[in-house]
Amino acid sequence: MRQRGFEQQHREQWERMGQLLDDLDRSSRRRQHSAAELDALPGLYREVCNHYAIARSRHYSPALEQQLHELVLRGHRQLYSGRTAELWRLVQFIAYGFPCALRRQIRYFWLAAALLLLPGLLLGGFCYLQPDVIYSVMDEDQVATMESMYDPANRKPGRSLERTAETDLMMFGHYISNNIGIGFRTFAGGILFGLGTVLLLLFNGVVLGAVAGHLTRIGYQETFWSFVSGHGAFELTAIVICGASGLIIGHALIAPGRLPRLAALKQRARVALPLVMGAAFMLLIAAFVEAFWSSSSLSAPIKYAVAGLFWMLVLLYLGLAGRKRHGTG
Amino acid sequence: MLDTIRSYETPEGVALSLRLAGPVVRSCAWAIDMLIRAGLYLAIAIPFSFLGGLGFGLSLVLFFLIEWFYPVLFEMRQGATPGKKAMGLEVIQDNGTPVSWSASLIRNLLRAADFLPFLYAAGLVSMLLNRNFQRLGDLAAGTLVVYRSRVVERPALPDVPPVHPPMQFVSEEKRSLLEFAERAPQLTQARRIELAEILTDLTNQRGEAAVHELLAYAGWLAQGQGR
Repeated sequence: MRQRGFEQQHREQWERMGQLLDDLDRSSRRRQHSAAELDALPGLYREVCNHYAIARSRHYSPALEQQLHELVLRGHRQLYSGRTAELWRLVQFIAYGFPCALRRQIRYFWLAAALLLLPGLLLGGFCYLQPDVIYSVMDEDQVATMESMYDPANRKPGRSLERTAETDLMMFGHYISNNIGIGFRTFAGGILFGLGTVLLLLFNGVVLGAVAGHLTRIGYQETFWSFVSGHGAFELTAIVICGASGLIIGHALIAPGRLPRLAALKQRARVALPLVMGAAFMLLIAAFVEAFWSSSSLSAPIKYAVAGLFWMLVLLYLGLAGRKRHGTG
Repeated sequence: MLDTIRSYETPEGVALSLRLAGPVVRSCAWAIDMLIRAGLYLAIAIPFSFLGGLGFGLSLVLFFLIEWFYPVLFEMRQGATPGKKAMGLEVIQDNGTPVSWSASLIRNLLRAADFLPFLYAAGLVSMLLNRNFQRLGDLAAGTLVVYRSRVVERPALPDVPPVHPPMQFVSEEKRSLLEFAERAPQLTQARRIELAEILTDLTNQRGEAAVHELLAYAGWLAQGQGR
């Protein structure tokens, strides 16, 4: 068949498909075609695919080929987009998707926990026993700021100035942007063959351990531990989970197994993503607790009791949620 | 590296082609986005600064959201951030489908690693070492940044009475003739004639007449004798 005859025969279909695609690019409110018309798209798309293949094999003019290519490309995008964004999926994810995903990768979790806690305990012990060790981790100004933050003479722990509800909110914003950012960076560091993640975990462990050890040594333990124990349940666990997600992609790059390195990276990044997202959710809770609960001036025993409750909650959630119904242990 | 067109096959067995975007055009897109984000930061910071600590806290939350999720939001809504859109780019999966939630999140979270040690140096090195110009985030997410395909008006073939060509053409030759006919209106007269005179042995014509003769052959190839 000659090109012109071919065009005349099918032009109507091409125009119809173009219109449907234009319509689908609009927001759903402004769409002009009925659902029934839009349902015709897959069939139309396959026909146009066929026309495109014919035009190519018969060497019709390049411009015609390009026009059909354009239609096929747009149709392909519409039909094969893998997007589903429903609120319900978010609820499911928090209810059991995240803890299940974490339990499947639990080895990375323990490794990340070791990378954070071991240097923390080690430095914490040193700083507790030796007065000067803290200065090898921080400079004098930082030590002074930190000491004034947890001075028992403050009315509220966590900041040297007296805090009001307004500064609680300010600190909430600060904790969100700072802590979740650190979590995301811990994940991102994994792509440098895991090195970034490992360094961030070690660094955070060293600083946290040193601060804890030093403050305990100088007798600020009650303000410090009652402040951090509550949100620590969410924050420390979440940082470890972010570390685990970074280690997952780092491991894929170092030891891709039977896959090409790139394919392994893509596959494992997809496995790691739910962990980061879940950890971000936990860090959000942590920021909330840290800003509005940890800074409150309630007595230490109450705070310790609530902290214990938080730790139990986190352990039960991560350890048990979704275990029975979804069979992933 | 010189050829930036990649093709992939759809489930229908049709090969589609994509034009990859390189580091320069992507840097421009990033710069535009940076300006937009700086504008947003200012627009948030100035009114909120009157609210004291509360405003400061809220603006920190908003800054955080913009810093990490501005690209994700736009990539989900329209396949590209405003900067990329302005440069005519879009983000897609490496199988040609629109970028998914998870891929967009991965590629934008890993931005932090691409930024290292300063100003996206790691991302640039990765792009230059990779045949698809992917930065680290793209590699992990399996995404590509490509030129958005433009809707082109197809030029009509010139209206010339068809003439039977004096010989049989092979497919490639037919195609070249058709392409010549389609592009002829865009060429200068001198260039048209220059091209057409390459086939003087075939047409026995010179000047504008040679062009006319070739257009007539193309007309015949496209539609045969009848109108």
